[in-house]
Amino acid sequence: MERIPVLRMGSLLLITIQVDMHDKLAMQLQEDVTARIADWGSTGVLIDISSLEIVDSFIGRMLSNIAAMSRVLGAETVVVGMQPAVAITLVELGMSLPGVRTALSVEAGMELLYGAGAGFRTGSDDERDEA
Amino acid sequence: MNDLAEVISRNQDEIRSAWIRDMSQSVQRSDLMSKTELDEQCGTLLSAIVAGARSSGPSEISGPGWAQARELLETISASRARQGFSPTEVATFVLSLKQPLFTAIRRDLTKEQNRLFDTVWAATELLDRLALLTTETFMSAREELISRQQQELLELSTPVVKLWDGILALPIIGTLDSARTQVVMENLLQTVVSTNSKFAIIDITGVPTVDTLVAQHLLKTITAARLMGAECIISGVRPQIAQTIVHLGINLEDVTTRARLSDAFALALKMSGRTVVRQATAAAASSAILAGPLAKLES
Repeated sequence: MERIPVLRMGSLLLITIQVDMHDKLAMQLQEDVTARIADWGSTGVLIDISSLEIVDSFIGRMLSNIAAMSRVLGAETVVVGMQPAVAITLVELGMSLPGVRTALSVEAGMELLYGAGAGFRTGSDDERDEA
Repeated sequence: MNDLAEVISRNQDEIRSAWIRDMSQSVQRSDLMSKTELDEQCGTLLSAIVAGARSSGPSEISGPGWAQARELLETISASRARQGFSPTEVATFVLSLKQPLFTAIRRDLTKEQNRLFDTVWAATELLDRLALLTTETFMSAREELISRQQQELLELSTPVVKLWDGILALPIIGTLDSARTQVVMENLLQTVVSTNSKFAIIDITGVPTVDTLVAQHLLKTITAARLMGAECIISGVRPQIAQTIVHLGINLEDVTTRARLSDAFALALKMSGRTVVRQATAAAASSAILAGPLAKLES
């Protein structure tokens, strides 16, 4: 059966959505994510949707749901890499995804999560500014 | 039936000079076009009318015989629309042909009442149709001009500028309506992605009024940017606008707002973990900057 992989990166989970979502896949993903957080004690969840070109209210609600479930289990969720067209569509659908944090890229999302108190910091990319 | 064509071709030069004389009394715009140009236009148009009336009859101006006359009139009318003639002036260009034409018809057919009446009627009908065609072309040329300008304005008025690495500014000039918001939003989000910017400052100094609709458009843009992971700051909120926002009960609680663009920029720098430090006093700094090139010049 088709399945969206949930990868473990230290204390974080990385989920990259690259296929069209449908009911079954979303339910499976929710189950996987909650189980992994419980198993591995993850403190953060990164959902990369940079390759999603089309969204509907269903995907919007799924993102909200995963964020809410993770929060109950003690993990912070960051949605990263949303395309402009996707953002516009979600706003037009009236879904502003309250309670979901967002970042421009996976790297920025990791920084956000580690900065939120997951233990260690990654190398800052701001160093070139000082040069 | 083709009396009209014959009358015109017999008296072509006379009609043309009377026509131009008529126009020069009423609507000729010597500031917009020269007399020789007008003379030439009248001449070719008259010949085209004769050709059209001969081949397709005077009332069928949509027929193939009138193609040349139609094309000529459309060109003339479109060029006049661009030159800035008024609709009356353009329509009168054709309508002032009436009197010289009627004079010629009366002189040629004065002995035959029936043919005279028929020809006058055909001429009236023809000129009315030509005038309508002129006005229509004039209008569509104007509309095309307006819509092109609107499009240009839309594209010109929504620049997204990069203030710093990771900080964008979006100065909005003019009223925000749905069409503009769409363009602004797309521009902003596209630039956020291409420059990987975490902060966007929306400056509304140039927005004359903020009502509930404009506020809603702004909030939409901000939400879309937030969904992508960029944070928006609204700047340039004038005192009156702040009052209006509160009186209208618009909720901007979740949005960071600042009075001036500089304040917003300072905030964005601070939020991205940067500080601006003055290295030396202004005088010392400027002399140090100037000393470099001057020293080179001397040596």
